[in-house]
Formats: sequence, C-alpha cells, structure tokens
Amino acid sequence: MTEIKNKHVQLMQGNEACALGAIKAGASFFGGYPITPSTEIAEYIAREFPKLGRYFMQMEDEIASIGAMIGASMVGHKAFTATSGPGFSLMQELIGYAAVAEIPLVIIDVMRFGPSTGLPTMPQSGDIMQARWGTHGDHSIIALSPSSVQEAYYTTIRAFNLAEQYRTPVVVLLDEKIGHLREGFDISQDLEPEIINRADFVDKAATSAGGGKYLPFANTPSGVPPFVPLGQGERYHFTGLTHNQAGFYTADAEQVATFMHRLCHKIEDHVNEIAEVEQLDCAGADCVIIAYGAVARSAQEAMVELQSQGYKVGLLRLKTIWPFPAEQIREICADKKLVVMPEMNMGQLAVEAKAALIGSGVPFHSITQVNGRLIAPAPIMQAVIEQMAEHSVKQGGGR
Amino acid sequence: MEAVYEKYFRDNLPHIWCPGCGNGIVMSALARALDKLGYPQDDILLVSGIGCSSRMSGYMDLNTVHTAHGRALAFATGAKVCEPRLKTFVVMGDGDAAAIGGNHFIHACRRNIDMTAIVINNSIYGMTGGQFSPLTPTGKRATTAPYGSIDRAFNLVDLAKGAGATYVARGDVFHAAQLTNLLVEASRHKGFAVVEAVATCPISFGRYNNIPEPADMLFWLRDNTVTVQQAAKMSDEELTDKIIIGKHFETEAVEYCEEMARLLADKQADNEKAGDENEV
Ligand SMILES: Cc1ncc(C[n+]2csc(CCOP(=O)(O)OP(=O)(O)O)c2C)c(N)n1
Ligand code: SF4
Ligand SMILES: [Mg+2]
Repeated sequence: MTEIKNKHVQLMQGNEACALGAIKAGASFFGGYPITPSTEIAEYIAREFPKLGRYFMQMEDEIASIGAMIGASMVGHKAFTATSGPGFSLMQELIGYAAVAEIPLVIIDVMRFGPSTGLPTMPQSGDIMQARWGTHGDHSIIALSPSSVQEAYYTTIRAFNLAEQYRTPVVVLLDEKIGHLREGFDISQDLEPEIINRADFVDKAATSAGGGKYLPFANTPSGVPPFVPLGQGERYHFTGLTHNQAGFYTADAEQVATFMHRLCHKIEDHVNEIAEVEQLDCAGADCVIIAYGAVARSAQEAMVELQSQGYKVGLLRLKTIWPFPAEQIREICADKKLVVMPEMNMGQLAVEAKAALIGSGVPFHSITQVNGRLIAPAPIMQAVIEQMAEHSVKQGGGR
Repeated sequence: MEAVYEKYFRDNLPHIWCPGCGNGIVMSALARALDKLGYPQDDILLVSGIGCSSRMSGYMDLNTVHTAHGRALAFATGAKVCEPRLKTFVVMGDGDAAAIGGNHFIHACRRNIDMTAIVINNSIYGMTGGQFSPLTPTGKRATTAPYGSIDRAFNLVDLAKGAGATYVARGDVFHAAQLTNLLVEASRHKGFAVVEAVATCPISFGRYNNIPEPADMLFWLRDNTVTVQQAAKMSDEELTDKIIIGKHFETEAVEYCEEMARLLADKQADNEKAGDENEV
C-alpha cells in the first residue's frame, strides 16, 4: 500500500503514518540505521520506496546516514531518516553542517529514554534540547511534535514543506508512545495537503541577482536563498566553512556576521508562521496546561476531568517546539492564574515556557516524570488542584 | 597544457597550501586526468573531506562539496545514488579516509558505487599541524609521536582490496604523469576505485622527520618507490619500506547504482501490474 485508499478508516501506527507522510511529501531518498523505536519507518520505506522508484539505503551508521541524506538533498532530492536519541546524537555534527550549508532535510527522531542506552525503549521526551542545541555554534532549527497518529502524518508532510521553504534541517520529535501507538486513521474527508518544493522559490530574477551568476547563499529579503540543486548547470560550492554569498570561504568579519544573523533570523523572524499551537478552552480559563507530544493527550484528559469538577482549565498544545512560540504563550497565558507544564523529562521545555512568562506574574509549575512511563492524567490533575489551592484559585470562580 | 589549468580551476586563488606542498601536484594530475577523460564540467561532482588536501574542492571549477572531516564518502554516496549520471571524484586525506572516515571508507569499498576515491596520503595530519595518522609509518615522528610512532600503519591498498574495492592503485607526486594515468583508469573503471596518492608535506611531516626541503621529499619518493612490476620480482626483505606504485588490483563486480536501478525497475513493474489487477 503506497497511497492511502481514502475510503476507510484504518488502524495505523504513528511510525507508519510518518512514513506515509514522507511518501506523500515527495521524499525520494532515505538513509538510515536501525534503532528502536523508529525502525518501522525504515522497514516501511524499504518496502515501499522501490515500488515508487525512490531510493532507500541502509547506511553503516547514523553519521553516514545523514551524510548521504545531505548529498542526496544537494543534488535535489527530498531526503529523510528515522532515528532515536543515540543515533540523533551521532548526527549532530552534520546537522550543524546542514544548517550552515542550508540543506533541506527531515529527521524523524522517535524519542526514547536516555541518556545512553537508558531504558530501551521506554518513552521520554528526552531530545527537546538536543534538537535545539545539540550542535556547536549558533543556528536556528525547526522541530515539530505531533500528538496523534493522524497528526504524525500531517506533521511529517509539514516538516518536508518547512525544510524546503526555509532551506533547513527539520526535526520531527515523535514520542515513542505516538510512534508505536495504533489508532484510527481517516483522512478521507480532508483537503489535499499542500506540497512545497524548493523549486517553487527559484525564479529567474533570484538566480540572476549576482549579475548573471547564481548566488547559492544570496542575502535575499526573506533570508532564504533560492536553491538550485548541484549538478544542474550552476557549478558552485558547498562548504561548512563560513562563506560568502557565492559559497566560498570568508573570514571577513562583516560577511561572517551577516551570514550568521541571516542563518538565525531566517527562522526566528518567522516564528508566527512556523510555530503552531492549539488552544482548547484557554479563553476564560484560570489555569492553562501547556503540553506537547504524547503528554498532551494525558493533559487533555486531565483537563476534561477537571472541568467536570468545576475547574476552569484550558490546554495549550505546542505542535511546534522550535522555534519556540514564546510570544504566543505570553499572549495566551499572561492573564491566567496558573500555568502548569507536564513533561516526560526533567523539565527541558519548561525552562523556555517559564522564561516566556517572566514579568507576567503568572505562577508557573513544571510537572516532571522520568520513570519510563507516560505521564497519566491523574498526576496532572493532582498538580493542578494542589497548585490552584496554593495560589488560592477557587473552583469555578475568580480569585 | 595551460588550457587545462584555466578550464578546471576557479579564479579564487591564492590557495592555502604551503610552498612545496604535494597537494597541488595531485590537483594538477586530476585536472590533466579530467582533460583526458573529457567529461563536461557540469557533469562532474568533486566531494572532499576536511584537511589541507580536501581544500581542493574549493579551487576546482566543478560541482564541488567540501564536507566534514571523514564524511566525504557518505555525502558522495547519497549524491551519486540519486544522480548516477554525475562523474564522481572524492578527495580525502589519510586521516580523513583511514581514521575518522575509516568506517565509511570500508563500506564504500564494499558497496562498489561507481566513483573514484583519491586518498592523498602525506602520512600525517597536515591541517592540524603534524599529528600521526593511521598511515604514518611506524617509527616516524609527529607532534603527537615525539619519540616516533609506536602504532602500526594500515596498508591502504590491502585495506581497500580486502574491503571490496574493485580498482585499487597507488601513485605518488614524484611520478605525476603516472598518477594522472592512474586517475584516468580509475575513473573509467566501473565501480568503486581507490587511488592512494602518496604526497609530500614538508611542513608537518618532513620537518619532524629530517626531510624539511620539498625537493628532498620528492627525491625521497623517487628513491623509495618501486613499480608493481618491479616489486613482483623483489623479495619481502627488499621491499621493506618501499612504496609500491601502479595499478594493484582490478576486478569486475556488480555496481551498486546499476543494482539499485534494477531493483527499482522490477518493483515498479510489479507495482504497476498489481495496480492493473486491482482495477479489474
Ligand atoms: C570531527 C573533527 N575532528 C577533528 C577535526 C580536526 N582536523 C581537521 S583536519 C584533521 C586531520 C587532517 O589530516 P588528513 O586527513 O590526513 O588531511 P591533510 O591535512 O593531511 O591533508 C583534523 C584532525 C575536525 N575538523 N573535525
Ligand atoms: S601542512 Fe603539509 S599538507 Fe598542509 S598545506 Fe602545508 S605542506 Fe601541504
Ligand atoms: Mg594527511
């Protein structure tokens, strides 16, 4: 099955949905190395890609995997991989390379418990900060986190679209619980998803900006230079060295600074277009639960239960982790009486959320759990009730 | 002769190489080889790693990629598999190919993808100032082997052959014409071809090993190289410390991109058949 038969509701696994999403997005190269809990993606692609005339390669390690992906993307292919924490760590040097050389890539990181081999392969949202700061030096990155199987499909398509549009590696941070979850999948009533290709941004004017010569790293107004694949007549150069607009090494302080700022700003200046959040009953709520990934499902259950007990609770679900939607969080939460944030880690993203609320005076409570189990609704409810009491927010009423 | 230089080199000189460095000789051998091969420049992909030698990609007017230390073959693999029409050359240093990139090197040999891997072996980490590499001969001095290296060295020719490369040769920068011919032959070979180019690094190797003069290093190469044909008539004892140059090995084996094309054609045909049946 390569195309979804849009007729029936199917039972599907999150990892399979990612693979299907990649196929739909037009991915044509997969380079990977097996690691639980991501391997179903490689297996699915190994089976389906040949039938579609697309390339699947099992590489000798994760460094080779991302190296091959970068090579494939340079010559114009949409490349992706699926891995988990240990493999994601091995990829970091070349994720930095892809950021600097502005190579579109998609990495599906099905997160497992760490550090090291950890508790294989129990869930932990352990790679939140690794996705942001795993490489050396400064660059921005995009990371998305779906909360359901169907969303894993659309998130993967979006990851490819964003990679093409912003010329950047994009990470799908998939909780193991979503990767291995099987649930109903029905997109029969949905609109066809938009598919973005790097070629959409290449027009003649852009390529001739350099006086008839293609500038692969042009300082365009959007911050994203048009990408003409290597080997299609524009002979140019890729390097991990800081480079000028033509792509050649420069140590000129001004050019280096311009380049570095463009690299960060091409993403950070577009947070509102890139970062998606979902609000459930946040308006009028006393307490907002901020959650992402699998934990958002428990958080939603906790919210519903708390509401039935008379608490005014809303859920702010982060579908995008990086760039971090600080402004949106501030707008939604600044007038609340309490914000709680459950995470399957020691509070990696709470650091950012808390920082977003500095000066608002809203009490912020981070709920952490690192025992290899998904956070259940109960501890979230308990924390909300306790914190509401502590900050004397009455049930069903104002302060 | 001059036409060769103008055509294949970009106008962004000066290069970073020290006076007397052997890297330039390898680059000119490659330019001459490309001229003999006659591929359109637009169809040539040159991928390099990180090191003095790997800076070559920035100087040549081809489709060029300067990658990360040790990873050139991984990049080249993805690019070549997706675009088999690209005539692919990969330039690496000895540390690049045999130490940090050793895993990619043996697996590239095993896969037998049609490309030419040029390992510029100057027996040292040149770029970082002279630390020993897996190809530094035992006993030679380096900044991290001040008393002489106690490590054993790889024989890259044996390593490549053992790992499955289907063409293996060794040239050197004294015999530049032969090196050119080996590169031509390697590129014409269908499959993964390895050319070890023994090179001189007077600054980071010669200086620590009593041959600081570039010309003396070249003469040293002249005096210590023997051809494959000569070596066949020499005893192991006579061959101690000799560098054996020429084509060492060539064989035919299934080439990866062709095998991939076959698989894709088969499965697409199956898929279409299955599709037709479903429609009935
Ligand atoms: C991951 C990583 N480790 C270490 C280095 C530092 N480094 C740069 S070049 C090099 C060695 C170069 O030696 P070789 O590959 O033989 O190339 P040469 O400079 O001799 O041509 C090293 C260790 C690096 N750039 N990246
Ligand atoms: S250090 Fe050695 S290899 Fe590097 S440029 Fe100088 S002479 Fe050449
Ligand atoms: Mg070297």
